Parts: sequence; structure tokens; C-alpha cells
Amino acid sequence: MSVATNSSEAAAYTSKDLVTDQEVRWCPGCGDYSILKQVQTVVPELGIPREDIVFISGIGCSSRFPYYMETFGMHSIHGRAAAIVSGLKSVRPELSVWMVSGDGDSLSIGGNHFIHLLRRNFDVNLLLFNNEIYGLTKGQYSPTSEEGKVTKSTPMGSVDHPFNPIALALGADGTFVARSMDRDPVHLKEMLRRSNAHKGTSFLEIYQNCNVFNDGAFEVFTEKSSKKEETLFVEHGKPLVFGQNSDKGVKLDGFKPVVVDLNDGQNSANDLWIHDERDRVKAGILSRFFDRAQPGATHFPRPFGVFYVEDRACYETGLKAQIETAKSKKADLDALLKGRETWVIG
Amino acid sequence: MAEQQQVLERVIIKFAGDSGDGMQLTGTQFTNTAALLGNDLSTFPDFPAEIRAPQGTIPGVSGYQLHFGSVNIFTPGDACDVLVVMNAAALKANLRNLQKGGTIIANTDGFDPKNLRLANYPDGVNPLHDGSLEGFRLITMDVTKMTRAALSDSGLGVKEIDRAKNMFVLGFLYWMYNRDMAHTEKFLVEKFSKKPEILEANMKVLKAGYNFGETSETVGVRYRVLPAPMPAGTYRNIMGNQATAIGLVAASQKCGLDLFLGSYPITPASDILHELSKYKNFGVHTYQAEDEIAAICAVIGAAFGGKLAITTSSGPGIALKGEAMGLGIMLELPMVIINVQRGGPSTGLPTKTEQSDLFQAMYGRNGEAPMPVIAAKSPADCFDTIYEACRIAVEFMTPVMFLSDGYIANGSEPWRFPQSGDLTAFKGNFITESNGDKFLPYKRDEKLSRPWAIPGTKGLEHRIGGLEKQHETGNISYDPENHEFMVRMREAKVAKVADYIPTQTIDNGNEKGKLLVVGWGSTYGAIKAAVKEARAKGLDVSHAHLRYINPFPKNLGELLYNFDKVLVPEMNTGQLNSILRDKFMIPSIGLNKIKGLPFSTSEILAKIEELSK
Ligand SMILES: Cc1ncc(C[n+]2csc(CCOP(=O)(O)OP(=O)(O)O)c2C)c(N)n1
Ligand code: SF4
Ligand SMILES: [Mg+2]
Repeated sequence: MSVATNSSEAAAYTSKDLVTDQEVRWCPGCGDYSILKQVQTVVPELGIPREDIVFISGIGCSSRFPYYMETFGMHSIHGRAAAIVSGLKSVRPELSVWMVSGDGDSLSIGGNHFIHLLRRNFDVNLLLFNNEIYGLTKGQYSPTSEEGKVTKSTPMGSVDHPFNPIALALGADGTFVARSMDRDPVHLKEMLRRSNAHKGTSFLEIYQNCNVFNDGAFEVFTEKSSKKEETLFVEHGKPLVFGQNSDKGVKLDGFKPVVVDLNDGQNSANDLWIHDERDRVKAGILSRFFDRAQPGATHFPRPFGVFYVEDRACYETGLKAQIETAKSKKADLDALLKGRETWVIG
Repeated sequence: MAEQQQVLERVIIKFAGDSGDGMQLTGTQFTNTAALLGNDLSTFPDFPAEIRAPQGTIPGVSGYQLHFGSVNIFTPGDACDVLVVMNAAALKANLRNLQKGGTIIANTDGFDPKNLRLANYPDGVNPLHDGSLEGFRLITMDVTKMTRAALSDSGLGVKEIDRAKNMFVLGFLYWMYNRDMAHTEKFLVEKFSKKPEILEANMKVLKAGYNFGETSETVGVRYRVLPAPMPAGTYRNIMGNQATAIGLVAASQKCGLDLFLGSYPITPASDILHELSKYKNFGVHTYQAEDEIAAICAVIGAAFGGKLAITTSSGPGIALKGEAMGLGIMLELPMVIINVQRGGPSTGLPTKTEQSDLFQAMYGRNGEAPMPVIAAKSPADCFDTIYEACRIAVEFMTPVMFLSDGYIANGSEPWRFPQSGDLTAFKGNFITESNGDKFLPYKRDEKLSRPWAIPGTKGLEHRIGGLEKQHETGNISYDPENHEFMVRMREAKVAKVADYIPTQTIDNGNEKGKLLVVGWGSTYGAIKAAVKEARAKGLDVSHAHLRYINPFPKNLGELLYNFDKVLVPEMNTGQLNSILRDKFMIPSIGLNKIKGLPFSTSEILAKIEELSK
């Protein structure tokens, strides 16, 4: 989403001014703390008056977020934040609206509203804290938990096939689709800035560690020892390179991605797939660097960054334009009360 | 021809035919003409439940009932005096609703072997000829043939010609009831301004029908229905859903807030969405959501944003909104939830009427979650009642449930509409600037209402949510004492509304006596007519009709205790009756009808007579 306000006076507040008097109640070590910190760091840079900012969440650990932001905020009901921001944006397009949600909140109970928000492209920032678990209800598997996951509600392992949130957002015609993680503050801040700069629904999936019920779910992506091999940070116009010594790359063989060794003398950086945020087809392929290693299949690193961006009209802009057009006709309440045909008695 | 003229006090006509026969249009035209001639009236359309039911079959029959007279009319009427049928199925579907000795006007072409078969008459049986209609006055005419003859040299195709059949019937009825055709002629000129050949055809057939009455000796008598003694003023005809929509626009204008409607289509509420979507020039924002939950949640968002926010639905959709209504109650934001009730449970009887969602309105949420509930009694009353719902919502910062039903939503009646200047303005509890102190979002005023501080207001940043909140600060609180305090506070706030609504009046009859009939919602007309008749017969009976159901008007108990017996007619198994018994501990008596059909006056009258013995 983008709200254009650059007056330096308007933005005269700091991260500290975004801290509320409420005690933060997440478990010590929870990834939510880092996300809160990055959001509180980035928001003052954006030049948006504090009173024009609204944080709206559903229910879940992640959805406690608005209580900790000294802006306008609403902690609503499970899964419905997407519908609430849609109503708010319909009538108040000038506000900077941020939605905070969990994997259960947005992809399970709120799945319907989630896809419709993306399709309508309201100009909001949707931060999805994906911890691949139901945190607040103490550890049941979620729609992003992997198959076979053993949790309180799946003692023999889950038989559910998980959602791929990025692919789902692309499928719902999201106009900004990105991924980041709690443990990479620099990248997360950059993704928050990019989300804010986009006009339309900015979908940012944030991998968030629930150290109580799903500790280490994203360890391979966050730990130093494996991060470089297992992650792929994509940037517009840059080749897809990863690996401990940036020695691996991804090449496209037709529509088939192939991992290549940049040291084998057969491939150079020039042969690699150059990331193009505006290419929907390639974004689709990239989103599939996700499926957990199947026996015999190529193992791909997990991409982070902006997968896809598109400029498309926002719902509220269309609605406002219709109302402006309609207003060329006088709003005459007496004429409305009177209707087309009347008769007089007495 | 020695023409006889007879003056009638009131007439009930039912127009019935196949969905494609244009009976709704015929009915509305006859209605508008009656209105312009000063009759009082009430109408009710009767649509087929299926959109494309097979032609000629009973499920495909579409009807329109009109009750008009030179006396005050309160309902679309019970059994009809005149039944106009375009085909055999229409006769079969409606005959049991015709008075003994009533008149049938039948299009013989609709009684050919094919139509008879489609209407499930046994082989070789034609009710027009087998004497089964002996107890009625039967007037037959081959409408199709005469329409085709009138348009033989029009150059139009048979399909287009046949589409004008309804005008023949209308013309004939205009003759029969001595009505001026000018209104319909004007209507046709406007409707077909771009299709001169169709216009000409319709005009011609309308006149042909009129002339047929005059020249044929089919009917010896013509009737006159004189103007009714109505309060002086300017009137229009209005349907319930239309009045609801216009009432919302009026409320929005009068409280100076743009209207936001979040809705998901459902019979019989959809017309409010359709109607409001035409009024964008009044700043009306209509939003067709992905489901009913999204619709009310969008309303919560819009209310938080400072607008007059409304959601419309019917029973099944209201069930889906339950959790979000609870959130609205916790957030204490103004919004109106409109339930145009239909037959339930589940999908129930979508096109039929019922009052069976009163308990749902009162109790259909988790936790202690009271909200004001108010109900409209007639099509035109939807205007005043929805206006009042908006006022209460905005002044008390609360969700309000407005109840209407399929009967008044689609029914129509003359309405002495107000001038915008007659409507009392009201305003939101906005707080527009910080006084420097810490903002207390749940600090209450004398109405126990909290301030409305909308995003964009500098210095008033605050958070609200569905978790229990501390008194005044609105911070999350799990304190046991505080929870009980807040539950009672929310209850007290709703109860407080009673200080700001009119006391209950007696609609007809004395303030004290043997029997009081208490109604709510769309039973108004039938109760009104029944009580009037009973009183004319000398019975000691009064009528009170409730608009405010939660809270009740402050004097209601006193009023009930003034009568020996209280009768509560309802189109459900006794929901208001239970609430009255619970609240006032009176042995009130229920009269219940659960057929998807409104009460007839005679059903209520019979009960009054029984209780008056
Ligand atoms: C209607 C409803 N159903 C169920 C719940 C219980 N509930 C609260 S949060 C939650 C799941 C939370 O998971 P997620 O959205 O992933 O958030 P997290 O706690 O992991 O951040 C559930 C099932 C509820 N509050 N409301
Ligand atoms: S349960 Fe998990 S997600 Fe919730 S606060 Fe604790 S660590 Fe964070
Ligand atoms: Mg989760």
C-alpha cells in the first residue's frame, strides 16, 4: 500500500512514539518481537502522520500486534480482519491500513476473505506471520504445517496437504507478493518499505518462529550454517544466485528451473535466470521452490524477496470514482422521498 | 345495453398467470391508477419460488393481490373477490383463495389441452366447462385471440403480439371498475418511448380490452369504488424494501454521515441492496461482499472509519453474522443489522414470510450480548422504523437489529411521505480533538454511550478489540469484577434506550379493558382490521403494536396489566409471547400461524371472538 505524505512535520515521531503502555505478552523468544521491532523502526520513516495509520488484526498470537502499536488499531475476530480492512478502506481510502494475521487466521478460518482481499486489491499492507502452527490455541497443526506433522491434534502426523501461501496469493491475483523472515531484520525492513510503497494489497509472508510450539520450523533458512545453501534472496534484475560462496545459481531450461554449479566451468552468471518482478509466469515457477524435497526431485533453495508486482486499480479507487461521477446528479432528498408518482388528497 | 352501475366499498383482486404473462405489471398499473383516484389500498405480490419454473405449471404461477377501497385498507386482503387467471395453472393455484360467489375472469386460451395437462387436470376435464365453478361468477374471454386480432396488421411477430395480452385484461378491468386509463397510457409512453411500434401495440390492445367490456355483453354490471377518507396530503405508493432503502438515505443525510452498506444477496432482502446501489449521488457506498460474515465485518470497518454502516440480510445470513455482531457490541460502534425475515429454519421457505427470527435477534449471539431490536409494521412504516434504528445506533454507539419480513418487504401501500425538513436530525458522538489528557475510549456520557474517535484524529490514537475491556480505558482486562461490571454496563446501556423512545400507545380501543391484542411487525394490518371489526360488533378489545422490542417502552407492563387477557398473534410458535411472559409474568395467550403465510383478518377475529365469550 502507499500513502503519499511527505511533510517532515507529519512524520515527526520516532519508533519510541509507536510503543504503547501495554505490556507485550508474547512468549520470551517469540519471533513476533522482532517483527514488531522492525515495523516500529520502519513506520516513522514512511512520512505518514501517526493518526492516519491503522493496524487491524484477527485472532491469534500474531494478532495481538495492534495493542503494541501507538496508532489507531483494532483486534477483531478470528479470520475476519481482511473483511474489516476492506470496509474501512472503502470509506477511508486516505488512511494507511495495515493488517496483521497468522497462518491459521488468514489461510484457514479467514481463507475466503483473504483471497477476496487480494482479488479486490484494496490498498493495504497484509503482514502474514507464518509460524506453521496455531500458537494461541497451544499448538495444533495449521494449514501451512507440513504433511506428517505431529502436533497435539495430529498424534499420528497430519494427513493434510499444506498451502503454499505465495502460490495461493498469486492464484488469487495478488498484485504484490513477497516473503521475508523474522530473523533477518535488514531484509524484513526492506520488504516492509516495499510493501508500503506498493499501491494495492501488499502480501508479505513473514516466517516467524514459534519457539514454544514449533521451534526451529525455519531453522534451515535462518541459521548461519545452512542459510546460504537453503535460501535464495531474489532482487529485480539480478541473477538467481545462492550457496555458501554464491557458487550456485538457477537457470531456466524452458519452463524448467535447474540448479547449476557456477564453479564447474560450464555455467556462468550470464546464463542464469534474471529475476523479473513483473513476470507472472516466472513468479509462478519461483513460488514452487517450496515443496519439501521429494525423493529424486531437485532440491531448491527457498526464495525470499518480492516475487511479483503488478499495477492494478484498487477497489476503493473505482468505488470513489463511481461516487464522484454519480454526484454530478444532484442529491435531492425531497425528490427521493417523493418518488416518480404522487397524488394529492384533500 | 342497459348498463348497471354498482358502488362497492372495497374490492380484492388477484391477478394470476404464468411468470411470463406480465401479471406483476398489470397489478402495479391497476394499483397506481387506484391510488391516483384516491382509493386506499394494500398490495402483495406472490412470486414463484423458482426463477424459471416450467411455463404453464403451478410452480410457474406468478400473482399480484390488490385490496383497494373507499374505506381504510389495512392488509392486501384475505380471500379475493375477483380472480383473474391467464391459464389453468393460475386457476388451480388460486381458486381456494376466492370468496364464495366471487368472480373469475379467465383467458380461455390458457385452458387448451396442453395448459390443462400442465396444470395437472385429468384428461378431458376443463374446469371452465365441467360445472365445477358453479358457485362462482365465471367470465371467459379468449384474450390471446382478441389480442392477435387487434394487432393483425401491426406487422409484429406472434411472440411480440402475445406479450401485449396483459394489456387486454387491464383494459377490460379498467372498464369494469370505471377507471381512467390515462395513467397507464402515460406509463406506456414513457416505457416504450424508444419502441414506437410496441407502444402503439400496447395502447391498441389496452383500448381493445376496454372496448370489449363496453360492447360485449359479457358483464352486465360496472362498479365504482369511490375515494377513501385519507388524511389530506401528498401520497405515493411504496414497498417495504424501498421504504427501508430510502429511510437509510434519509438517515444518512440527516446525520451528515455517508452511508455504507455491506451486503450479500439473499431473498427477500436483496432489493435493499439493489435500491441503495442507485443512490451513489447521495454518497451511498454499496459493497457486495463475499459472504455475510464479510459483509458485517466490512460494516464494522466502515463504522470504525466514522460512517453510517448497515448490513442487510435474511435469517440464514443473520446466523452467519452472529460472531461479528458480538464484536460490534464489544467495540460499541454504531451499525444497523437488517433482517428481512423469511420462513426458516435453514433455507426454509425463501419466498414466504415468517416472524421466526425474533429470538435470534434477541439472543442469537454468544455471551451476554444485548442489542436494541426494533420492528416495522407495514411497508411505509419501514421508513420511520429504519430511521429510528439509525438514530439509536448512532446516539448510543451500538449495533441495532431492525426486523422486517417478506410480507412487508414486497407489499406496498400509499405513503404520505414526509418532507426532508420534517425529519429530525441527529448526530454522532464524535470527538474531534484531544484535550491533551490520555484519551479514554470507553468513558461514557449520560446515555452511557462512548465517544466515536475515528482514525485521522490527531492525538486520539487508541486500540479497541473483542477482548473484555477495562471500564473507561478500554484496555484488555481479565479482572472478574470488571467483567461483571462491563456486562452489566452494556446491558444498562441498551436498557437506557427506553428513556429516549416514545411510550407505548394503544393503536385502537381503550387503555383498559377485557382483551388487548399485542402484535409486532407485519401482523399489524390483519390485527388492525380484526380489532376494528370486533369493536364494531361491540366487543371490548384493544390493539397495541410494538415497534420497540428491546428495550420495551417503559410503560408497557402497566399497559398490559390493565387488561384481563392479552392475545399475541405471531407468525411463529410464540416468540414475543414468551418474551412478554418472561418479562411481565402475564399469562398471555398466543395465536400462532406457521404456514409461510400472513394472518387473515378472519383468523384473528375468530380468536378475539372466542376469547371474548
Ligand atoms: C471463531 C473462532 N474459532 C476459534 C478460535 C480459537 N483460535 C484462536 S487463535 C486460533 C489459531 C491461531 O493460529 P494463527 O492464526 O496461526 O495465529 P498464531 O497464534 O499462530 O499467531 C484459533 C483456532 C477463535 N478465537 N475464534
Ligand atoms: S505461542 Fe508461539 S507464536 Fe504464540 S507467543 Fe508463544 S512463541 Fe509466539
Ligand atoms: Mg500460526
